[in-house]
Amino acid sequence: MDIQKLKAEQKLLKAWSYDWHPIERGYNNRTLYINVGSNEVSEKPVSQEMKDKFVGGKGFGLRLLWDATTPDTKWDDPENEIIISPGPIGGITQYSGAGKSLLVSISPQTDSIMDSNVGGFFGPFMKFAGFDALELQGKADKDIIIYLDGVNHKVEIYDDPGFAVDSHILGEELTELFAEDEKDAKNIGIVSAGAAAENSLIGMLNFTFWDSKRKMVRLKQAGRGGIGTVFRNKNIKAIVARTSGVKGNLNNVANMDMITKVGRDYAGEMRDLDDKQNQMKKKGTANIVNVMADYDLLPTHNFKYGTHDDAPKIHSDFLRDKWFTLGINDACWIGCAMQCAKGADDFELRTGPYKGTKVIVDGPEYETAAGLGSNIGIFDYHPIIEANFYCDTYGICTITWGTIVAFIMECYENGVINKEITGGLELNFGNVEASLELLHQLARGEGFGKVAGTGVRQMKKLFIEEYGADADFLNDIGMENKGLEYSQYVSKESLAQQGGYAMTNKGPQHDEAWLIFMDMVNNQIPTFENKADALHWFPMFRTWFGLQGLCKIVWNDVTPEDNKFEEEPHKIPKHLRNYLAVYEGVTGNPLDEAGLIRQSERVYNFQRIFNIRRGYGLRKHDAQPYRAAGPVTVEEYESRAERYDGQMKDIIGIDPTGKTTEEKVAITRKYREEQYEKLLDAVYERRGWTNNGVPKIEHLKEIGMDLPELIEVIKPLQ
Amino acid sequence: MKITLNNRPETFESTSMTMGELMRIKNFTYKKIIVKVNNKIVEPHEYDSTILNENDIVVVLHLLAGG
Ligand code: SF4
Repeated sequence: MDIQKLKAEQKLLKAWSYDWHPIERGYNNRTLYINVGSNEVSEKPVSQEMKDKFVGGKGFGLRLLWDATTPDTKWDDPENEIIISPGPIGGITQYSGAGKSLLVSISPQTDSIMDSNVGGFFGPFMKFAGFDALELQGKADKDIIIYLDGVNHKVEIYDDPGFAVDSHILGEELTELFAEDEKDAKNIGIVSAGAAAENSLIGMLNFTFWDSKRKMVRLKQAGRGGIGTVFRNKNIKAIVARTSGVKGNLNNVANMDMITKVGRDYAGEMRDLDDKQNQMKKKGTANIVNVMADYDLLPTHNFKYGTHDDAPKIHSDFLRDKWFTLGINDACWIGCAMQCAKGADDFELRTGPYKGTKVIVDGPEYETAAGLGSNIGIFDYHPIIEANFYCDTYGICTITWGTIVAFIMECYENGVINKEITGGLELNFGNVEASLELLHQLARGEGFGKVAGTGVRQMKKLFIEEYGADADFLNDIGMENKGLEYSQYVSKESLAQQGGYAMTNKGPQHDEAWLIFMDMVNNQIPTFENKADALHWFPMFRTWFGLQGLCKIVWNDVTPEDNKFEEEPHKIPKHLRNYLAVYEGVTGNPLDEAGLIRQSERVYNFQRIFNIRRGYGLRKHDAQPYRAAGPVTVEEYESRAERYDGQMKDIIGIDPTGKTTEEKVAITRKYREEQYEKLLDAVYERRGWTNNGVPKIEHLKEIGMDLPELIEVIKPLQ
Repeated sequence: MKITLNNRPETFESTSMTMGELMRIKNFTYKKIIVKVNNKIVEPHEYDSTILNENDIVVVLHLLAGG
């Protein structure tokens, strides 16, 4: 494509200039509002109260979204917003993993509040340009490109003269368009979606980062919940931010020494320990593919099983030894010593519109390898990487897509749907060609691919209503909660993780709590009280990263040598102390562990009440599909009969001898479902909520979050 | 022999085994692990020379809390 020709054709629809001032201790103290329908651009002040109660990142996103919408706002109403905010620590380069942004919007999948975190350059560059958050509202008539020029301090909105839709091309085109020269490419950060985001409810957003070694654009994803669909529904093709360069102290932090001290120490741990621990620099997050298989946790065939005879074929060693380029700095934000954003270079595509092209593929990360691999019965990295590439460039979430295809395959194998319905695609587990074609259909907005793009919840409804499917069976095997598809871990043997998934505010993503090992393997939290404590502390601790602009992976994917001597080693206390130091170093405000948890509790409860305001957020919405809790089918039970029989005898207190498998499935189910209800009781109490999952007014008072608009929502439900 | 592993009783047919053998039997392959036998830390290079005895209290703490 001739970029200069397109540039000449591009029409400026709006230009808006602003006065730039330096960031003060992590905050610009203002946000940017753009209405893409009316082309209104303005800035809004950030009050001290907003910082005190909402901190930044997801907190700012939720506050702005609450104010911008009503309880009835739908995802495709112009008033729905997408808010992007990094948080006060976001953009520092002296501590690893400080380039994350949080996106918040009303989700096309859940009809409630979605948040998704992402790396890449846009969030920090937006902050350096002068804003703590970007609020996008309205709906443009036709495709537009928004340019946030942090060098000349202006915002421009252009029409789209015909740039590519798919992100791997669009990212390169816009980098070339907006960078002054090749050296300036590192100063460009882009947000974009792709063709499939337009034709589905599961669209995600790519955030670029410039890979100066490879001299190409790389992509990180804000995957969950369809925010890319909202973006394309607003007819936003891309948002571009430009900065004049990332220098030492753009956040004007209060005490740089505090940050660099812990930052260097952490980088030293990565240098000395990573190779003998997780090998994040060589394998990325996919290092745990084989670990999950070893512990029967790798989702296989729509979460039926936790491992497979072919699982060794997708051992993470293959990624390190065959696919990933090693010895290269794969940090998705400057200064991250973990460098886990691995890439497969010169990957030759075998299918789809880019067949025969050699591309770089960002990933696969663990979730992608499991979702596009074992969970759909594929145990070969080539098709996994191919699907990874297409999901990214088409703008859909690999986690969501994996769980969707897994569901479809189980339905297909059970005769719920057939070749006639799928338009000829034989969607058995392991069918590489059919699964890739389904993805290409979605990008083209055609055939059964388009049905798949509506997600598991919508498909369940369709299959029940149109094809007479057994509703109970589909509700048991359809791995979604709140309308969002499960991420890629088997939670059957960890009650705490079942809560960690289904009690989440946005739907079953593992970013709130990942307790499987603490619970199932380590047996550290045997009682309901223990589990409830964990389901309070971990979600609050992990929410905090999303308030600050931090990456969760950095916290615990390398462990300090002396961690074993700590009282609570599973919390990686040294890294927790690092975070407290970084926070104080940036903002100048001392923080202890209790204060950290309190910051998150305020935002977490706000999000819960935001769900309630929209008609969700109650106990019934925390229900899980039974597949997440135990064996649905006879074949599942029998595959691990020794385990389940043993539990029946030792834990439930019933002798399994002489019982049919169907009877044993029913006994196990009754027990596990009761356990889950007891878990809800315990966790709600620990979180200061009613038995129906509603935050209590006195709890809001205790945490300093008794805002009148929140009280108004929950008062009738006390 | 009987031991307690992660707060659960475990029975094995053999009368003695090393920590390394236990790790292999249980397929504990994850690298970021803290091992304690009777409250004393056992380093990875000591697994195969650490003999487990009847009624030992073994803790194998996996430090994995997700991405
Ligand atoms: S740990 Fe990985 S995902 Fe997180 S900031 Fe670093 S490179 Fe990015």
